[in-house]
Parts: sequence; C-alpha cells; structure tokens
Amino acid sequence: MKKLLLSSVVVVIGFTFISRLTYLQLLSFSPDQTLDDPAIKAIYDYPERGYIYDRNGELLVGNQPAYDVMVIPREVKPLDTLEFCKLLGIEKEAFISKMKKAKTYSPRLPSVLVPQLSKEDYAGLQEKMRHFEGFYIQKRSLRYYATDSGANVLGYISEVNERDLQNNPYYVAGELKGRTGIEKQYEEVLRGRKGIQYIQKDRFNRDIGPYKGGKLDTLPKQGREIRITLDKKLQEYGERLMHGKRGGIVAIEPKSGEILAMISGPTYDPSLLVGRKRSRNYTKLHYDTISKPTWDRSILAEPSPGSPFKTLNALVALQEGVIDTSTKFRCYNGFYVGSTKRGCHCGGGVRDMNSGIFKSCNAYFAGTFRKIYNKYPTTDEGMDVWEGHMKSFGLGGYLGTDLPTGRPGRIPDKTYYDRAYGDNRWSSSFIISNSIGQGEVAATPLQLANMTAAIANRGYFYTPHIIKNISNENIDPRFTEPRYTTIDREHFDPEVEGMANVYKYGTARWLQIPEIEIAGKTGTVENFVRIDGERMQLTDHSVFVAFAPVENPKIALAVYIENGYYGARYAGHIASLLIEKYIKGEITRTDLEKRMLEKTLEHEYAKPYSGEPFKINEYVW
Amino acid sequence: MSGRGLVKRIDWFTVFLYGLLVFIGWINIYSTTLTDPDASIFNFSTSYGKQLFFIIASLAVIVLVLFVESNFFERFAPIFYVGCLVLLVGLFPFGKTIAGATSWYDLGFFNLQPSELAKVATALALAKYLSDIQTDIKNRKYQLYALLIILLPALLVLPQPDPGSALIYFSLFFVLFREGFPLYYLGILLVMIVLFATTLMFGTVWVSIALGILTVLVFVFKRKTAKIPLLPLVVTLITSVLFSLSVGFVFDNVFEQRHRDRFALWLSLEKDERKLEEIRKTIGYNTYQSEKAIESGGFFGKGFLEGTRTKGDFVPEQHTDYIFSSVGEEWGFMGTTTVIVIFSIFFLRLIYVAERQKSDFSRMYGYGVISILLFHYFINIGMVIGLLPTIGIPLPFFSYGGSGLMFFTLLLFVFLKLDSNRLRDGL
Repeated sequence: MKKLLLSSVVVVIGFTFISRLTYLQLLSFSPDQTLDDPAIKAIYDYPERGYIYDRNGELLVGNQPAYDVMVIPREVKPLDTLEFCKLLGIEKEAFISKMKKAKTYSPRLPSVLVPQLSKEDYAGLQEKMRHFEGFYIQKRSLRYYATDSGANVLGYISEVNERDLQNNPYYVAGELKGRTGIEKQYEEVLRGRKGIQYIQKDRFNRDIGPYKGGKLDTLPKQGREIRITLDKKLQEYGERLMHGKRGGIVAIEPKSGEILAMISGPTYDPSLLVGRKRSRNYTKLHYDTISKPTWDRSILAEPSPGSPFKTLNALVALQEGVIDTSTKFRCYNGFYVGSTKRGCHCGGGVRDMNSGIFKSCNAYFAGTFRKIYNKYPTTDEGMDVWEGHMKSFGLGGYLGTDLPTGRPGRIPDKTYYDRAYGDNRWSSSFIISNSIGQGEVAATPLQLANMTAAIANRGYFYTPHIIKNISNENIDPRFTEPRYTTIDREHFDPEVEGMANVYKYGTARWLQIPEIEIAGKTGTVENFVRIDGERMQLTDHSVFVAFAPVENPKIALAVYIENGYYGARYAGHIASLLIEKYIKGEITRTDLEKRMLEKTLEHEYAKPYSGEPFKINEYVW
Repeated sequence: MSGRGLVKRIDWFTVFLYGLLVFIGWINIYSTTLTDPDASIFNFSTSYGKQLFFIIASLAVIVLVLFVESNFFERFAPIFYVGCLVLLVGLFPFGKTIAGATSWYDLGFFNLQPSELAKVATALALAKYLSDIQTDIKNRKYQLYALLIILLPALLVLPQPDPGSALIYFSLFFVLFREGFPLYYLGILLVMIVLFATTLMFGTVWVSIALGILTVLVFVFKRKTAKIPLLPLVVTLITSVLFSLSVGFVFDNVFEQRHRDRFALWLSLEKDERKLEEIRKTIGYNTYQSEKAIESGGFFGKGFLEGTRTKGDFVPEQHTDYIFSSVGEEWGFMGTTTVIVIFSIFFLRLIYVAERQKSDFSRMYGYGVISILLFHYFINIGMVIGLLPTIGIPLPFFSYGGSGLMFFTLLLFVFLKLDSNRLRDGL
C-alpha cells in the first residue's frame, strides 16, 4: 500500500490531465477558427461595386468616392480643436465625445471620426490635414445615382446586420450588402469578391507580419456591371406623371418579357439613402405608414383587377366553347343574381362580345361567366377548369421574376370558397363578382401587365424579368422560354379587336393617340378600407391595361391608381402617355400630359383621415 | 572510483527521459520566444539562446555531482539544511525583489533563488533525519521533528511572498507516508481540503447538515458489525463543523481579494455573470488564454512555429510557467499526451529506482525528489489546463529559467549518483 501510493498518484494525475486535454483539444476544438483567432487579423480589399445600366446603356447607378476622417487616438498630438472642428463641420462637444468613443474602442487602432465627407468638404480639409497628427483620411466608395427615379426597383445597400452575419459567413460586420431591389437580387454579381489578407498580430493588436507567409491570402474579384431592362426615360417620365398619386405601373415588352418600367407612387429619390443623411432619411421614409414610399406598389399591391379581368373571362368562355363571338346577352342596365340586381354603366341593350368588351358591360360578362360554370355538372368542376385557365396567365401565383420581392395575387379556388362558405354551400352566383374582376380575385400591377402581354402575344408570355445581361453574358434561360396559356391562338383576334375598340369607340376613346393603334381595357374598382374599425368605401381605383401597337406590340402595360375613380381618368391618361412616350419618344397630346403632371389625388387620400364625412366618386375633376 | 564503472552503473533510462524532457522543453521555448527566424540558436540575447547556455551549464552540474563522493551528500545534509535556512533568513534584509517577490540574491551575473536550493537541502535533511537509526516514525515526537524540518523553510518562503514554493515543501509529506507516517493524516488532509471547497461552494449550513446525515448513516449501518466509538465520532463531527465555520472567516479575513477571486473562478463561486466575466478577464486572463491556445491546437496541433497565439504572445508568461500551452497549440493532443506519458514514465521509473535502494537514506531522498518534481508537474500543468487555480511554479525541465533548470538537474542527479552507488552501500 505504502509503496503503491505514489505510483497510483502518478497514474491518477496522468489520467486526469489526459481527460481534461481530451475535453479541451478534442471535444471543444472547432476546426474552422482562423477568423475567430484573436492572433489573426483579416484585412479586406474591397473591389468596386458593379455599375447598373438601363436597356439602352445609360448609366443608372455608379459609384462615388466618399471620405472618412479617421483617428488613431494614441498618435494624436495637441491640436487647435476649434479650427479642426470648423474644418470638419462638427461641434466641439461632438468632437470630444467622438474622440472619447474612439479611445474606448482602442487607443492603438483607427476609428472613424467623421464618416462620409463630401468631395467639397474633403477638398478644404485635405490641404490642412498634415497639421493634425493622428488623423488621416480614408477613401471609400458609395453608390452614385445617375437618376432620381426607380428607387424601389434599384434598391439600396446598407450595412449587414446580425442576421446576415449568421446566415452568410462571407460577410463581416460593417460591410455593405444589397438590401432591396436589384441591389439585393444581383448582390453577388455586383459585389464581386473581396480579397483577404491575413495578418499575424500580437496581444497588443500590433501587426507582426503576414500569417503563414501570405499563403492563404486571396485577391479581390471585381464586381460585374449589369444592364437591366428598364428604359430610363420611360421610368423617369412615368414617375413624373405619378406625381401626387398613389399606385403602381408596370410596362413590359411582350416579345421578350422585359420589364420596361416599374413605377410605384409615391416614390423617393434613391440618392436619399446614400451618405451621411442616410439613416435620417430612411427613418422618415420607413415610418411614413400612410403613403408608404418604400412599399413597391407595382409588385406588392394586390387590388382587385376590375374590368381588365373581363377580357380573360371572355377568352375562357371562347376556349370552353360556351359562347362564340356573336353570342348575345341583354343588359338591363345591370343583371340579376337571383332576385337582386347588380348595376352596369354600359348604357343597356343587347351586347355581343365586341361591344361587351369596349363598353365594359357587366351583364354580358356575368352571363358569360355563368355559361362557363353551367357547362360542368358541378360548380367544383367548373371552378377547377376556370382556375386552370386563369393561372395559365400567370395570375394567382408567383410569376417567378428576378425581383427579390413580390406577391402572388389571388385566383380563388374551390377550397378557398369551401373554407369561406362551407363545403357545397356555395354556387356560381356566390362568385359572380369574379366575372367582372371584383370579388375575390386579386392581382398585382405586374401580373396585370403580364396578362396584357400574353394577350398582346396572342397566347403566350415570357416570365417578366429585370435583367438584360450581366457583362454581356446571356441571362437565365428560364426568361427566354415562352410560357403558353391554355387559350388557343384563334380566340385572341376577336378579343384584341374588342380591346382596340375600347380606344376607338369605347371607354377610352378620348385617350386616342394619333398614329398609334392601341388596344386597352379600362377598370374601375370598388374598394373599402377599415378605419378605426369602421368599414368605409373609398373612391374607386382607376385601372388600365393596354398594349400597342395592336399589330406587333412593343409595349404592354398596366396602370393602377389608387382612388383615381374611372379607369379612363388617371390610369387611362397615364397609360396613353407612357405608350406615346415609349413608341414615339415625344408627346403630341400635350393636353393629356399637362393634366397628368398637374393633377394630384392628395385630396382623395386625405379624405378618410379627415375625420369628417366625405363624398366618394365625385364627378368633377 | 573509476569513471568507467560510473558510466555502467548510472541509470541511463532516467537520464534519457531527462534529456528528452529538456529537449522538448527547449524546442517549445524556442518557438515561444522566437522573433527573428534567421538568428542563431546560440544568440545569447534571446531567451532560447540563454536557455541553451543553461542546458550546457546543467551538464557541468551533472558532471560535478557525479564526481562527488556519495557519502558527501548524506554526511553534509544537516549543514546544507542549516545553510539554506540562513540564506532564506538573509533574504529579508538582503534579497532582491523581482516581480513583487523578494526571493533572489543578486550575484551580479546570476540571480540565485535560495528557496530552490532549500528544496534540495530539505529533501536531503529529511532523508537523513528519517534514516537515522534512532528515529522512530511511529513516535509522535519524531513525527513532530520531521514535520518541523519540512515546515521551517516553508514558513520562511511564504512571506517573500512565494506561496507556490511554500506549497512545494508540503509534497515532502509523501516521504513521511512512505516511511510509515500514519496514512490517516493524509485522510485528514484530504477531508480538510474537501471541507474547505464544499464550504465555499455550499456554505457551512449545508455542509453541517450533510456531515450530520453522514454520521447518522455511519452509526446506523456500522452498529451491527462493530461497536461504535461514539465519543470520537461526535468529536470528529463537531471539529468538522467548527473547521467549516472557520473557513468562511479565513476566506473573508485572511485571504486577499485576488486569492478570493481565484477560488471564485476555480470553484465557480461567483454567480453574477458580469462579475464572473470581469474576474475571467483579469485574474483568469492567463488561464483563459492558455486554455484557448491549447484548445485551438486540436488533435494534430498547428505545427512547429505555426502557433498563432504563441507567436502573437497571447499567453502571458508562456515561456516560463505557461510553456505547456505552447505544446498544446503547436503539437496538439498528440503532443500534450506524449509529454504527459513521458512525465508519467519518468516518475514511475524514479519510483522504481527509489524502491530498489538498499540504503534508507537514498530511498528517502529519492522519494523527496519524486515528490517535489511530481508536485511541480501536477500544479503547473493543472493550472495551465485550467484544473487548478493560478499558482506560479514552473514545469520541471521545461520552463524557461536557468536557475530552475540547474536546480532540478541537481535535485535529480544527486539521486542518480546515490543510485549508482547502491550496490556498494552494503560494503
């Protein structure tokens, strides 16, 4: 026992040590620790972010230099604080508190004293900088906008947050990342790849040479420039027309699916979100919960489509063979659902397909809709067929664009109504509002524009997209493959004729453009809001879809203006002007243009918040 | 005595292990203190260069020791001991203060630390006293004298202050136990340590309750087999509770804040996360950095001269007390276990060598050597890997420091010299 005591102590100690080392070196060990190692510092070399051009090669977004004033607190010598503050354009108190913060962060390492000086401030400061020891100027790159429009499409970049850092190991705190729009969608293309240089540090954080002789270092990879499908002139013009109005506009080139313009009103100047005032401006925009300038209505708003949806019901009826172009319905200044009458503004009389479309007769389309459903033994089956046709136009689901956000809209199906009314507790009369684009259907302006493009192409569309090319490389093939609708080509000709007549004789005859033949469809959408728990009706939304020229269409668009009343009023005007601008390059109907540039709808938007009773759908404007 | 005979009789296996440890130690000192890779290893302005010089100087010590008559150590042990005590006392007026401890004599070219010499002298003196024909370890009086031999230098070293070295003297209790010192003293010591730690962790009340329950259990279960000595049991209980009560007092009034913080960290006493973090960053900083360095080595280590934390000088005192963390970072689990295995074999070999001695003096001295080295090894590595609180003592043969290395060499080779003579002792 006595002889074994010490030997067993030796063995016990050995085992204890080895188990502790097992815990430390085998169980707690994580193999990827180069960046967590306090002894290794990574120095990044950031490539310039790629430029963004429009479809014609005009610059939309570039870069501009900005200058940060940096300080290394330990190296600061006594200085003329007042003069320095004047040069920097900051208060003395601010200077003192910033210096204190920098010292707390580290006396040996540089901190930003004043971020993002403008070029002008920099010029003044540069000459005198050598008088102030411990301070220096560091150049960095900011986004520069060559346009004041397209803020929501282009998106903005901002510093990565905690979540980004967790989700993507590429980013390091303080780096910039595309947050919305194209900047987000094509982040990796635009950003390039930063170069990394690993530096060995000692415990005072001083550099003591390259880590492993620089074997792990990488060179930066340049960000690539991209060309997008927007037409800068059209986009800018559209935003001018949207002045004082809320709503969304999407214009598409039907033969390619390229998005020519994506306008959301109200919008903001993208350069507001760059530079020193960024966070103040962002807060202002973000907290404007009434007009929501950062909410891209062109792809996120989902109003009922209104009358433009009638055109699809006509196509479905033709495809199903339940009507032909000469089938007639009588309009009694409205139509009956059971014993209740629903109104119509077409003027009454007997309507065939052509006049049904250009007069936008509710009775005609209610009748058509019923016929579609009556073809099938049960409403369920009719519903399935109808839903299938509608969805083939890209409605009621995500389109699959290359925009980082979007909404699916809604084409209601039988499960939707089963949930709302109960199984077998509803019939076609419950859903008759869908025939005229009211009721449960909903679509984003992008979906409406795409639907119009499908009609313009007579039966197919390309997935709408914003990317034209990346450094002249071809884009994703899914954007170059046509997607066919379930409607045969021959049914489109009478449809297009009806839509052309909207401009010739119908609801938009005041909006004709000389020398351009346009096919369109107006929409006037009833809508309701809930304010303080009270449901109230507001002035109708003004909706318009159109494409032109009728033969060989170059542009298809959808315009949706909140509370703009008749479809031909705001939406119709704007649609015509945009078409003229895009096809002719100049405006001949200056009367229309003047009206749109001057008129605003602010008085309409103020109504529900005034707290007083108000009138909707006022005739005068 | 012929040199040839000596070469034959020396225990080469131990010498080989000694050389191996010194070599590995030097490799790690080189890696830790290397700043300019092109400098010669014989550059004496560098720490590794100096250490190399002291390794050579240690060879001289070895040669010197081997050529001294074996009897010399036994005969002069008491004189060495008294001489060392005088040197220790002399520190109070004449000592040189380095890093807050007045533990050195400034000899101009060399700083002599008498507490190290005193370890050798105490081991010799204890062996000499215990091996004396008149000494009966079963007798309380002799036990007391033996204890005095150990405690006297410890008490002189403690106020320097050098609690680490003072603690080392207690390792000599192993010698006493080996020679028949009642083992239950060890039991009492262990019980005291356990009581100390548990009182700090759970408080006197809980400890007393636990002790009470334990006593009752002993009483209930043992009653059938043996007659219970009721009185001693109760006395033990009361003493334990009193001891537990005194722990709080000692901890709060005798210990300084830095000691309290070390225990707080070691036993996880501090429940306030923020304060604990604070302690970790100050008192626990060394341990934290060394644990991290060892952990980052993984299984294979980062490779010789590739340890980033070692190069960045993140672990304070890495070339001295924390040298083992460099092994951990650069050589990984393979390196650390290899070193532990070498040390273990080294100690087991020494125990074997000690047990084969015919002379009581040699065996007892051997045990003294083993105890001192083992204690250094245990406390040092335990501290570096975060098992024990921070106590600043070096790792034998590894840590940078000329006087340390020469003292450990002296300690060991005096024993090997005695061992080489074991067959003649009978003559």
